Amino acid sequence: MTVNLTLLTVMGALYACGIYLILERSLTRVLLGLMLLANATNLLILATGGYAGLAPFFSKDTDPGSYNDPLPQALILTSIVISFAVTAFMLGIIYRTWLLARQDDIQDDIEDRRVAETPSFDAEDDAVIPVETSEFPLPMLGSDGSAAAESTATVEAGGRTLLAEHAALEEKPGSANFTTDTDTDTDTEGGAK
Amino acid sequence: MITVLAVHFAVAAVAPFVFRKFGRNSFYALAAVPAGSFVWLLFQHAAVYGAGAPVAIGSPAETGAPVETVPWIPGLGLEFAFRMDALAWVMSLLVLGVGALVLVYCARYFKDKDSYLGGFGAQLLAFAGAMFGLVTADDLLMMFIFWELTTVLSYLLIGYARTRLAARRSALQALMVTTAGGLAMLVGLIMLGASAGTYRISAILEQAPGLVSGPAAGAVAAAVVLILVGAVTKSALVPFHFWLPGAMAAPTPVSAYLHAAAMVKAGVYIVARLAPGFTDTAYWLPMVLGLGLATMLVGGYRALRQTDIKLILAYGTVSQLGFITMVVGLGKPDAALAGLAMLLAHGLFKATLFLVVGIIDHQSGTRDIRKLSGVFRSSRALGIVAGIGAASMAGIPLLGGFVAKESVLEAFLHFASAPGYGPWGAVILAGVVLGSVLTFAYSARFMWGAFAVKPGVERTPFKAIRPSFLAAPAALSVLTIVYGLWPAPVDAWIQPYAALFIEGTQLTEGTSDAGSTAGAAGHLALWHGLTPALGLTAITFAAGAAMFYGRRLVDRIQSAIPPWFDADRGYQLTIGALDDVAVWITGRTQRGSLYFYLAVILSVAFVLPMAALIAANKPLPEGLYFVDPNSPLQLVAGAGIVIGALAAVRANKRFLAVLMVSVTGYGIALMFALQGAPDLALTQMLVETIILVAFVLAMRSLPAELRDRTGGKYRVVRVIIGLAFGATMVFAAIHAMGARIATPVSLEFPQLAYEGGGGLNIVNVTLVDIRAWDTFGEISVLALAATGVASLIFVRGRGDRLRTASAVAEGTVGRRHGVDKSSRDGAALALTRKFAAAARDPWLVAGRTLAPERRSIIFEVVTRLVFHSMIIFSLYLLLAGHNLPGGGFAGGLMAGLALTLRYLAGGRFELHEATPISAGTLLGIGLATAALSGAAPVLLGGQVFQSAIIEFWLPVFGDIKFVTSTIFDTGVYIVVVGLVLDVLRSLGAEIDEHFEERPLQLDGQDGAAQEGAAGIQDEASEEVPGGVPAESTRGGTA
Repeated sequence: MTVNLTLLTVMGALYACGIYLILERSLTRVLLGLMLLANATNLLILATGGYAGLAPFFSKDTDPGSYNDPLPQALILTSIVISFAVTAFMLGIIYRTWLLARQDDIQDDIEDRRVAETPSFDAEDDAVIPVETSEFPLPMLGSDGSAAAESTATVEAGGRTLLAEHAALEEKPGSANFTTDTDTDTDTEGGAK
Repeated sequence: MITVLAVHFAVAAVAPFVFRKFGRNSFYALAAVPAGSFVWLLFQHAAVYGAGAPVAIGSPAETGAPVETVPWIPGLGLEFAFRMDALAWVMSLLVLGVGALVLVYCARYFKDKDSYLGGFGAQLLAFAGAMFGLVTADDLLMMFIFWELTTVLSYLLIGYARTRLAARRSALQALMVTTAGGLAMLVGLIMLGASAGTYRISAILEQAPGLVSGPAAGAVAAAVVLILVGAVTKSALVPFHFWLPGAMAAPTPVSAYLHAAAMVKAGVYIVARLAPGFTDTAYWLPMVLGLGLATMLVGGYRALRQTDIKLILAYGTVSQLGFITMVVGLGKPDAALAGLAMLLAHGLFKATLFLVVGIIDHQSGTRDIRKLSGVFRSSRALGIVAGIGAASMAGIPLLGGFVAKESVLEAFLHFASAPGYGPWGAVILAGVVLGSVLTFAYSARFMWGAFAVKPGVERTPFKAIRPSFLAAPAALSVLTIVYGLWPAPVDAWIQPYAALFIEGTQLTEGTSDAGSTAGAAGHLALWHGLTPALGLTAITFAAGAAMFYGRRLVDRIQSAIPPWFDADRGYQLTIGALDDVAVWITGRTQRGSLYFYLAVILSVAFVLPMAALIAANKPLPEGLYFVDPNSPLQLVAGAGIVIGALAAVRANKRFLAVLMVSVTGYGIALMFALQGAPDLALTQMLVETIILVAFVLAMRSLPAELRDRTGGKYRVVRVIIGLAFGATMVFAAIHAMGARIATPVSLEFPQLAYEGGGGLNIVNVTLVDIRAWDTFGEISVLALAATGVASLIFVRGRGDRLRTASAVAEGTVGRRHGVDKSSRDGAALALTRKFAAAARDPWLVAGRTLAPERRSIIFEVVTRLVFHSMIIFSLYLLLAGHNLPGGGFAGGLMAGLALTLRYLAGGRFELHEATPISAGTLLGIGLATAALSGAAPVLLGGQVFQSAIIEFWLPVFGDIKFVTSTIFDTGVYIVVVGLVLDVLRSLGAEIDEHFEERPLQLDGQDGAAQEGAAGIQDEASEEVPGGVPAESTRGGTA
């Protein structure tokens, strides 16, 4: 099998430029990088066809080997048109990002950073809860007033104090107890009750 | 057995509906299921134990035990295999009997208005079924499935009070601990099954001696240890005992069933099931006896410290489980007999006591012994029932507990006196006696705490108990008495199991006649005479009573000793540490920066192949050449491409960068042409042009400069990654191509194309015939992408709402706003608008709608001239593509280019006039055409996408050779036109509209103006000084 180094060198250069571009923050550059990568890949497929040859139009007298390989050509043809569709789609995304956020940049995901800073305290796991010594707390008549006796009990949880009830009811671990604002809210609410 | 299981699960499935109708009394209906199964079980007695004296020839393991098997996944050797032998039968008695009674009890424990009652009942019943399946399963994996079922159901049952944090947390804790053990067990089970070559438990036990001493002895020992880990977690032995007291957050009936009679016995059951074969493995005795004894002592010690009567029972259960595990795992006939006897006795009395606790809690609203006082005076019946249970727990004569405990002590006495265990036998015996003392003491503490009148505590208010509520514990305590007075039936039930342990007799002795078995195992009896065991019992009673009377002293001593290790705290720390590690790892890897992710991915993508290439250290293949002899111009084209790419990287203006990438694209087209691929060159040229237009259309609102915002060291990293990746690709490609040895399949293609596909253009025939499926997939992707573009831009609907050009006022589209009239621009604008007043031939249909300053006469004329030719040419490309360069793709793109021209020259209304069919419809028609052309041959008796050649004669054209795959190509053509149209409509027309809406809102004086006449009015009045009469611009309003 023969290897065309010209094609491959050009391919390598395109890959290098494409990778450099997609590692950029600007969405436009990323898209241009992707286009370069698509072109590079087309060249790679083309190179698998071996020597340049006759255009693949059948004539009875031609030896099949002297055509340029038609199979990679068919694959590339498909690839060209698909790249076009993908590019158009990306253009739509870029325009829309610009329209909505007025920026052409890839933003960092704040949520991921927030997760990284999540405190290990989790009310569901770590809140101190009062010992329960009955499934049928007094007064028995109205079983709806379940924790009435405990309402003044407070627990220390993650450096803040909150009502035991609230610790028990706190359902959303990360987001609810993350900021101090919600803390004070919960506390004043509890006090009002 | 399978029927019993099926009934349990089926009734559980419909239970919620029953509850909706009948409320809590539905529990009675549910109880009927295990109760009925219990009766069925009693009838099975004869089958299990053989009718009369067992005389069957063969090993005891095979004597008549009923077996049911249904293949499930034969490929994996997995089958529903169930086997009812003595052990399974005894366990089933406990599971079904207590299950039925607990369900009966539930009917009075819960209230009709309690929420989720239906689900709860269903889970409890399903649990009984799963437990029954667990003890009767004869397949290791089957058993494991039931094992995990009980785990999951216990999670749901413990967490019944889902609004209480304590319930949720302890449910999760129990789940985590038992699942962790379950996973270890699964590994063990698979190892055991793989070593034995079968997963059938009875078969494995038969070949156990061979396994234990055979070549796989190490694996088997490890497997047994892993299985024991599972048993230890399930049965709450040290160091995993903490989950059981935690699980007391469950409703009390659940505790009575799961945590006394059934689920926690599953671990004991596993030990009992494996004991006949595997007690001789290396770690069995140390593990079973060591952990068992530690558990017994820790549980008893902690039970004395509790003030919640339910927790006293919970720690008591922990203690007893350790005790039972020790006996059952001892591996001697007498111990086996004693172990199962103890297991039954424990199930009876502990379930009784839990149910009693539930009643106390239900009627008085507390379980705290510091608040309870005088309960016995309120309900003597309850006190008596509880007293029987507690006495049995303490081992007081005439009760089941005494009978069992006597034989246990007997077994340990034998063990202590047996040679070969050194001082350990005596240590164990002493530990067991100490544990029994603790048991006596906490039993007394329980009774005192729950029922006694305490000085200084006011009498607990206690509602009267309905007899139906007390029925279940009363029935259990009656059974405890019967068991104590008449232990013979229990003895007979267990003897066949104990017989399995008589060494040397397993395989040969078939007639397990009472004499020889009893000789080894002894009998359960109320009165054995004055034996050493009785002496130990007496010591136990004395010491236990002393501990109870000196409870203040004991209490003080216990308070003085610091709890040196709290397993529950250890669990929390472990889980907390896991959380921290997880957050740490997530924080380090998931940084939210796309750049970071891509850099990691791409680095891996070049490091791995590069390392492989270097490691393989292969020489470069032969046949490398730099200049293709057939096409030396490639060097020039290549240089152009590389320069274009580098310029694109360096460009700091947006459109410059886009142009440079286009240069690369056109260079590639040239490369294709030079390589001998005219189709590719043609398509690439067309695509590049359309992309360029699309870019300009989409990016006209973005700022012109394109700054490189990732600077500094990141740029160096990017350069390195880029270069390394490119180099890797080059070398990988070289080696990959150099490694090719087979003849390319495409050498057949020319012949195939001509004879099969009836076309000369091999590439085109490949697309529409040889690889038609591939192309069909591709046009589907195109349709998807087109729809995606449209939905990104339009958001609300797909732009079919454009008015026709005749409804639009002249010169209203794309007017420039906010230009300073005194500026040069303003003057030019005024001039163009002045000329616009002159009547002009409509070169384009909608040309007049465009604002005068947007129009270009040359462009309009050229478009007018070229458009039709381009459409004709595109059709030519489509039809000729089978034999000459072209095809559906190229043709479609050419037509798209013609439409682009119309749009650019005449604006969005021109585009609308040019294509009365919407883009979505076009895409649909194209896909449908392609699909039909694929499906039609099937209807005609061919294959999908089979093509036929039809030759006919037409006037003018002469002989025509029509290949049906052209229809498919037409579909492709239409889809591509649809795609381009969608792009134009979205990125072009719709963005135009966004533009025109926005300046109106930004301009102060035009703020209120709407599109149409009002806007024109403003514009016109503004232009009056320029001399253009308002009427003339409004003339076009239809």
